[in-house]
Amino acid sequence: MQKRSLFTNKLLPYLLVAPQITITIVFFFWPASVAMYQSMESQNPFGLQSRFVWFDNFVDLFKSPNYLQSFWVTAVFSAAVAIFSLLIGLYLAVQADRVVRWGVVYNTLLIWPYAVASAVAGVLWLFLFNPTLGVLAYGLRQMGVDWNYLLDGNQALGLVTMIATWHRIPYNFLFFLAGLQSIPRGLVEAASIDGAGLFRRFWDIVFPLLMPTTFFLIVVDMVYAFFDTFAIIHQVTQGGPAGATNILVYKVYADGFLGMNIGSSAAQSVVLMVIVIGLTVIQFRYIERKVHY
Amino acid sequence: MLGKSWRIRLITHGVLLLGILIVAFPIYMTFVASSHTMGEIMNVPMPAVPGTHLVDNYWRAIVEGPATGGQIGPVGRMLFNSLVMALGITIGKIAISILSAYAIVYFDFPFRMGFFWMIFITLMLPVEVRIIPTYQVIASLHMLDSYSGLILPLIASATATFLFRQFFLTVPEEVFHAARIDGAGPLRFFWDILLPLSRTNIAALFVILFIYGWNQYLWPLLITTHQNMYTVLIGINRMLAVGDEQADWPVIMATAMLAMLPPVIVVVLMQRYFVKGLTETEK
Repeated sequence: MQKRSLFTNKLLPYLLVAPQITITIVFFFWPASVAMYQSMESQNPFGLQSRFVWFDNFVDLFKSPNYLQSFWVTAVFSAAVAIFSLLIGLYLAVQADRVVRWGVVYNTLLIWPYAVASAVAGVLWLFLFNPTLGVLAYGLRQMGVDWNYLLDGNQALGLVTMIATWHRIPYNFLFFLAGLQSIPRGLVEAASIDGAGLFRRFWDIVFPLLMPTTFFLIVVDMVYAFFDTFAIIHQVTQGGPAGATNILVYKVYADGFLGMNIGSSAAQSVVLMVIVIGLTVIQFRYIERKVHY
Repeated sequence: MLGKSWRIRLITHGVLLLGILIVAFPIYMTFVASSHTMGEIMNVPMPAVPGTHLVDNYWRAIVEGPATGGQIGPVGRMLFNSLVMALGITIGKIAISILSAYAIVYFDFPFRMGFFWMIFITLMLPVEVRIIPTYQVIASLHMLDSYSGLILPLIASATATFLFRQFFLTVPEEVFHAARIDGAGPLRFFWDILLPLSRTNIAALFVILFIYGWNQYLWPLLITTHQNMYTVLIGINRMLAVGDEQADWPVIMATAMLAMLPPVIVVVLMQRYFVKGLTETEK
């Protein structure tokens, strides 16, 4: 935890932590406590009057069909993004791990979309699937699909899921590749000498050794789908049509910032906070276990 | 046997090339669209090879701004704003994290663990869960539409502090003793010994945080209302909001290319640091 021999200055350490602690208090603890207070308050739309209502906002939330729909949409969306990007990332990593020459070139070309902003990823695909002039929308129409994600909720959810998956593949690829490269070659070769085929070697030896990486990626991919996809939703669908892509984070923004329903938005923020804390605890407990392994 | 291994290699390279193609396809089409006129793009399906209006579109984007969608202003200014925000967040995060990690590892003082836990808890409070109150704080500090408003709320970082703490703990105690014997005080020790030793960690963090800062979206969306303060990502969003008109796609696509360029260049040129930073900050 700490060095055994230490400096003994009295004032200096406080000066050193002061910038970070100040920022933390002003921009994290203060707003977070305000969010908690506001979540138990009812304000009229102009913010002129407010009264303390305890947990009414939370009760209203979980009675609201819109909020339950948003929960459901978020669950489907984040599960789909996590599963697809894990599978594709793993498959590409297994292939890339076999390449001896040109490996670096392949890796670079597969990794660089990580640097593309979610907001830009949204626009790239929005352009390709634009019902009037998108090339892929044109292709779909030629195949007889009645493509209009602005009207069809399932198409809209499918589209944002695909964009987020595309955006997330490089990350999963990179971690799986690192995981694969840390597996001792001798293990796999020994199995090969014992006559285990390609699939058998992967399933019995490589995959179990990749489990820690997989668990870690499931958690961080869920966090990504929960929070970092805001820009994709905002650029492409604005939560529509009829709430079909209204994920929890987008709803906090839409209700609070556009709808000026402060109490409800704050209550939603608190629910999200609980979810983040849950995911972080899972992540850290699991990592601790891995250290003792 | 040889035949089989050839087949496997063919599949391997085929799959990887297909992956690269899927990954690159939307970006290629964006590049193509940024080199055509609006008329050529509207003629569905649009051409699959680059056109002749590349320079014209980028010039229009950087200097004039889009033709439709009201007053948005030139992208040159937005790129500058994005750069200031990205560098501000990157340098700010590294500076305050390395200082607090230094204090927590090398000093013994009351509330040391209290401070450590305060920093740790910020992991669980991403900006998305405190949108409205943070906005209210910034508004009450009169920092809407300002660089400090864009940067300051995003520079507290538990992960960077952890990374430096982890690294400092691996620095041998002999280094510390040798410095003490040579009469170095805490600031001298930090500046002359610890900081140079942290170079690789700082480089790795720089890559990750620059991408993080450049790609910020929700926060600038909330607090920038004046076009002079738009970052390039917000600019793209405003260009799309044209109502019933058709958006100025050639300029939007040129802007999207410009918005991608800086972080992609950083990743490609500093790939080694990028991989190190990504795998170490997340774990």
